[in-house]
Amino acid sequence: MKNLLILGAGTAGTMMANQLRKKVNLDEWKIKVVDQYPQHYYQPGFLFLPFGLYSERDVVKPKRKFIPRAVEYVEAEVDQIEAENNKVILKNGQHLGYDILIIATGAKTAPDQTEGMLDGDWRNRVFDFYTFEGAASLRRALENWKGGRLVVHISELPIKCPVAPLEFTFLADWWLTQRGLRDKTELVFVTPLSGAFTKSIASQVLGHLLDEKKIKVVHDFAIGSVDHEKHRIVSWDEKEVAYDLLVTVPTNMGDAVIERSGLGDELNFVPTDKQTLQARARDNIFVIGDATDLPASKAGSVAHFESEVLSKNILHYIKGEPLEADFDGHANCFIESGYGKAFLLDFNYDLQPVPGTYPLPGVGPFSLLKESRVNHWGKLAFRQIYWNVLLKALPLPGIGHLMSRVGKQIPADALPLKAAA
Amino acid sequence: MPQKQINGVTIDVNEEGYLTNHSQWNRDLAAALAQEAGITLTDAHWKVIEFIDKDFKEKGVVPGMRRMNKVGGIPTKDLYALFPEGPIKKAAKIAGYPKPVSCV
Repeated sequence: MKNLLILGAGTAGTMMANQLRKKVNLDEWKIKVVDQYPQHYYQPGFLFLPFGLYSERDVVKPKRKFIPRAVEYVEAEVDQIEAENNKVILKNGQHLGYDILIIATGAKTAPDQTEGMLDGDWRNRVFDFYTFEGAASLRRALENWKGGRLVVHISELPIKCPVAPLEFTFLADWWLTQRGLRDKTELVFVTPLSGAFTKSIASQVLGHLLDEKKIKVVHDFAIGSVDHEKHRIVSWDEKEVAYDLLVTVPTNMGDAVIERSGLGDELNFVPTDKQTLQARARDNIFVIGDATDLPASKAGSVAHFESEVLSKNILHYIKGEPLEADFDGHANCFIESGYGKAFLLDFNYDLQPVPGTYPLPGVGPFSLLKESRVNHWGKLAFRQIYWNVLLKALPLPGIGHLMSRVGKQIPADALPLKAAA
Repeated sequence: MPQKQINGVTIDVNEEGYLTNHSQWNRDLAAALAQEAGITLTDAHWKVIEFIDKDFKEKGVVPGMRRMNKVGGIPTKDLYALFPEGPIKKAAKIAGYPKPVSCV
C-alpha cells in the first residue's frame, strides 16, 4: 500500500479527503488525515457571533463527522515534516511515512507578533473575532457597550478573508444604530492599506460606503505597538489612534510546524506553484488553502476551487503525467453590509472584482459589487452549503473552479498587464 | 507610457513615477531618485536597496516589512528612520521596482 497523507482537517484538508477517497484507487492507496483539534469551526460564522446573530451550535461541529470512513483520521499534533525522508513525525513520537503529502495546515492569528497586544487590554478592551474564543468574548463586551470610540483594525496583510474586517464594521454600524448607540459611538476603521480594500474598483465602492455610514478611515497605518495603559495603538511612524474598544485582526501566520520543518516563508506560508499547487520544495508535496503563499485570498471559496484542481493533479502525479496549471486564483466572497444586505465579489489572479451579475449573465440572481438583499440571503444560505455540500466535496452546479467573465462588466483598465501580474 | 527626465537621462515610469523598465536603473539613478524624495543615500540605505534588489530577482516581488526584518535583518524602526512615511514604497521606487501592492 502507498500512503497519501493530509495534514490538517480544516476546510481544505476535509475537502481533499472527501475528493480523493472518491477518485484514488483505495486498493493501492491508504489515505490518512492528521489534525490535533477535535472541533471544526465554520469560520465565516465568527463574524456573526459578536452580534448574537449566530450561536455556538451554528459554527462548531466535530471534525470526525466530516471525514469519510474510508479515510483514517489521526488526532495528534505534528512535530515536524521531514521532507527529505518523506515522513511526518508526530509529537507522540509516532512516524508516518508518505508517498504523497498534502499540507492543509491553514493560517492562524498571532497576536504575540505585535508588541503590547497581549498586555492588560487583551480580551478586556482589545478583541479579535478570528477565533471562536475571541468572537465569543467580544460578544460579551458589545453587550456592555455604552458608547465611545470603537476601532476596527487590521494589523498586517495577508489575512484570512480580507473583507471580514469591513463586514464587521458595517455590521457594527447597523447593530449600534438598532440599539440607539450609533450617535454615542465613533466608529473608526484602521488599515495598513492605502484604501478600504486590496483591489482598486472594489476599494472605491466600499470606501464610498464607509463615507456614507460616517465611518472614519485611517489608512497607511502600520502598527508598531498597542499601548494598553493609554488605550491606543501606535504606528511605526508614531501616529496614534485611541480606542475604548479595539477589534483587531492580529497578524495571520501559517502553522508553527511549517517553520519547524523549514518549509515556510517569513510568515510560515509554504511557497507553492500558483497554478498547479505543488510545493516548490518537493515534487511529492502539495499545498492547499490558507497554508500556501499564493497571491489569492485566504478564503474557503478559494480552498474549494483549489481542491478541484488539486485532486486532478494528485491523480496526474500518481500516474506520472504532467500536472495541469489550472488554478486561476478564483475567489468568491460575500460582504455583509448591514440592514439585511450584502455585496458579492467574484475575481481571480488577473481580474479584480467588477460589477455584473452572478452566476448567470443578466439574470443573477446575485449582483456583483453591488448591495442587494439576495446577496445577503446567499450569504446566510452558504452556511448550510458549507456543512452539507462543500466539505463533503459534492458538486456545486453552475459554479466552476475557473472564474467566468460572462456577466461581468469589465472596464478597460480592470485587467492588469500580464507582465505586471 | 510616460517618461521623465532625471539626472540628464530619460527613464520610463508609470503615472506614480515608478520605473517601468528596470534595465534603466543604476546607482546614480537611485541617488537622483532618492534626492527627489529628500533622501541622501548612505550605506544603511544601500543595505535596504540591495536587499530589495536581491530579493526581487529571486521572488519577483518587492519584499514586505516582515521579510525585510526576518530575511534581510533590517529592523522596522530603522526602515522608518531611513525612508520616512511608507518606507517600502519609497525604497522600492528608489530601487527601481514597482510599487508594492497587497494583491490579495
